Amino acid sequence: MKGDLFAPGHRACAGCGPAIAMRHILRASGPDVIIAQATGCMEVTTTPYPETAWGVPWIHVTFENAASVASGIAEALKMQGRENTKVIAIGGDGGSADIGFGALSGMLERGHDVLYITYDNESYANTGVQRSGLTPMYAATTTTPAGSKIPGKTQRKKDLPMIAAAHHIPYVATASIAFIEDFEAKIRKALSIKGPKYIQVLAPCVPGWGIPENKTIYYARKAVETGMWVLYEIENGKLKINYRPQKLAPVKEYLEGQRRFKHLTPELIEKIQDFVKAEYEKLVSKDGMQLF
Amino acid sequence: MELIIGGIIDEPRSTMKNKTGGWRTFRPVVDSSKCIKCGICEKFCPEGIIDIDPEKGAQVDYDYCKGCGICANECPVKAIKMELEKK
Amino acid sequence: MVKKILEGSHAVAEAVKLCRPHVLGMYPITPSTHIPERLAEFVNNGELNASLIRVEAEFSAISSIVGAAATGSRVFTATSSQGLALMHEVLYAASGMRLPMVMVVANRALSAPINIWNDWQDAISERENGWIQLFVENVQEAVDTVIQAYRITEDERVYNPVMVNMDGFYLTHVYEPVDIPDQKDVDEFLPPLNYKYKLDPKKPLTHGPFAYPVPYAMLRKRNFDDFHSFEPIVKEVHDEFAKKFGRSYGDGIIEEYKNDRPITIVTMGSISGTVKELVDSRDDVGLVRVRLYRPFPKERVAEALEGKEMVLVIEKDVAMGSRSGALFLDIRDALFSMRDRPRINNAIGGIGGTDITREDIAKAIDELKEKDGEIHWFEMRG
Repeated sequence: MKGDLFAPGHRACAGCGPAIAMRHILRASGPDVIIAQATGCMEVTTTPYPETAWGVPWIHVTFENAASVASGIAEALKMQGRENTKVIAIGGDGGSADIGFGALSGMLERGHDVLYITYDNESYANTGVQRSGLTPMYAATTTTPAGSKIPGKTQRKKDLPMIAAAHHIPYVATASIAFIEDFEAKIRKALSIKGPKYIQVLAPCVPGWGIPENKTIYYARKAVETGMWVLYEIENGKLKINYRPQKLAPVKEYLEGQRRFKHLTPELIEKIQDFVKAEYEKLVSKDGMQLF
Repeated sequence: MELIIGGIIDEPRSTMKNKTGGWRTFRPVVDSSKCIKCGICEKFCPEGIIDIDPEKGAQVDYDYCKGCGICANECPVKAIKMELEKK
Repeated sequence: MVKKILEGSHAVAEAVKLCRPHVLGMYPITPSTHIPERLAEFVNNGELNASLIRVEAEFSAISSIVGAAATGSRVFTATSSQGLALMHEVLYAASGMRLPMVMVVANRALSAPINIWNDWQDAISERENGWIQLFVENVQEAVDTVIQAYRITEDERVYNPVMVNMDGFYLTHVYEPVDIPDQKDVDEFLPPLNYKYKLDPKKPLTHGPFAYPVPYAMLRKRNFDDFHSFEPIVKEVHDEFAKKFGRSYGDGIIEEYKNDRPITIVTMGSISGTVKELVDSRDDVGLVRVRLYRPFPKERVAEALEGKEMVLVIEKDVAMGSRSGALFLDIRDALFSMRDRPRINNAIGGIGGTDITREDIAKAIDELKEKDGEIHWFEMRG
């Protein structure tokens, strides 16, 4: 919609998943919000001086401090009696799970009235697709290339939403840009709750994943249908799985057509399948349980 | 260029000045007779430049459309076709 | 005005309280720690209405108050040494973004090896970061300079962060009699902050954008040009403070002490007290104390050193690779265009908390009197 608070003309790639996430963050928050953003694709492509895509007050300071900048904003608003204004911190997976991890943990632990949103495109896309803590197992990146000896990243994806939840904060959720109403509803719910909140939204990256420009939403959906990414909420420590496909689609459907998984042998695909199935079952078995 | 100190930008949504339509290789063309006005294309557009007209259905702003084709790919009734841009 | 015997850190905390900051980002590091500790007592006892954020690292201490400052709140932090070094990246961002902020640095040596005692390497290593830097001689000056710092940083012509340097331990942990100004007077001197560019949904601004080469260079040059215009404002604020509170520190930029003699010692901070004793004990040596270190008051310093036979720069830091201390480089530069420039020598000491005595300084003067361009290290004791 042309009246969006997040304006077109930004320099994100054609078909950019995170750009879709940004639009809907503002659509859910409305104008009475302040955004603190970490360095990353969505910061660089949306604020080419002297232009900005943002129709709300917005600040970027460094890569690793969005959560601490947001902490200060929230405290300043409180001191000024402007608490109606919401504070949202946004970081990519690198800015949240790796370099900004300490700041994020500190913000969650201290209990500031901030919603932190990680747009997870599973690599340091802005610097040319390097491995992050949220890059999935066996994905090829420029620092974990598919070699003849080592087939991409050999470690699992860091479980950041659960780490966030372990701070005993009131609200944690995962989302996917393919389930956009669900994502918006989660943002709105989070913003209605006082205290620190965490949402991680899977947002495919066209050059990073090596997918066609028109398949961003397709892969964001396939991730959920195959159980590679599970939509859930943890409200006051209680887990609720939001979407359970009747039968998980084979991971092959998700991996296929992505350049970062092109090197996978049938054996590796099977390994991923077993891993995803086991993880999915473990998680689903806890549905409705008080985790924290 | 008029500079505010600190690199502060005081014109919200000013990337509107930068028309990204020139990036496009393929152009989404909407068949309004097929369009059911569901709004799916609008939601998934990374640029936010599709409006749903109550009469004509999906309307793409070609000034900004980068031609990614998500709209065509996600359209449940295949009302959007990607056609090679003639320059 | 009440005269109290206070520990330096506690006196600084009193000064900060009088300035009514809204948001404080705090992380403990020796020797600055007693400042946040006392401020925490004020906050928890209801004497200071502020949000004190007990952050998880100095990086977040400075980041949190960058956020708060951009939102239009008066902010404060204090740190030392490794803490300042950890803040480094954000210090450049804060000055680049031209935010009104005040930080006290209890100066301390930098690792390695790790050392908790005083020297100036922490602040000196930040000399290019675009913060206004003031060095104080004693606890009273620390108190008064914190109050002035807020007036400076919040001046619309400035809007640039300010660092107040005080020697760790020598000033932070010493008990001195201090005049703590009345709240009413401070309120009159320092009106509530009304930052023009605050983050506010009523007028959405973008802070900290990405800039391509040309606008980046233009913004850098703008800050570079503006930076030197702050010197007269620092003086103006100092003079106004002096008028209201009856205390002054030289002309606010430098302090000249018996500077009508053939030899001048140039230094900063608490060692100036020792130098003054030496100056009082003989008739050939005077003192120029640099109070405003950044922007460096080149013309003012040159004026004060014109016609001298010898200038001895005493400092507690090194400019690695320059074969001297860093203050020496600025002083030598200030003398550059003089036709009959004085001989200039450098004495480095006090590194990692080692002592510099009156006798050490006297000895250095005698040894270097006829020399030019010598770099002398004080004997290492302490």
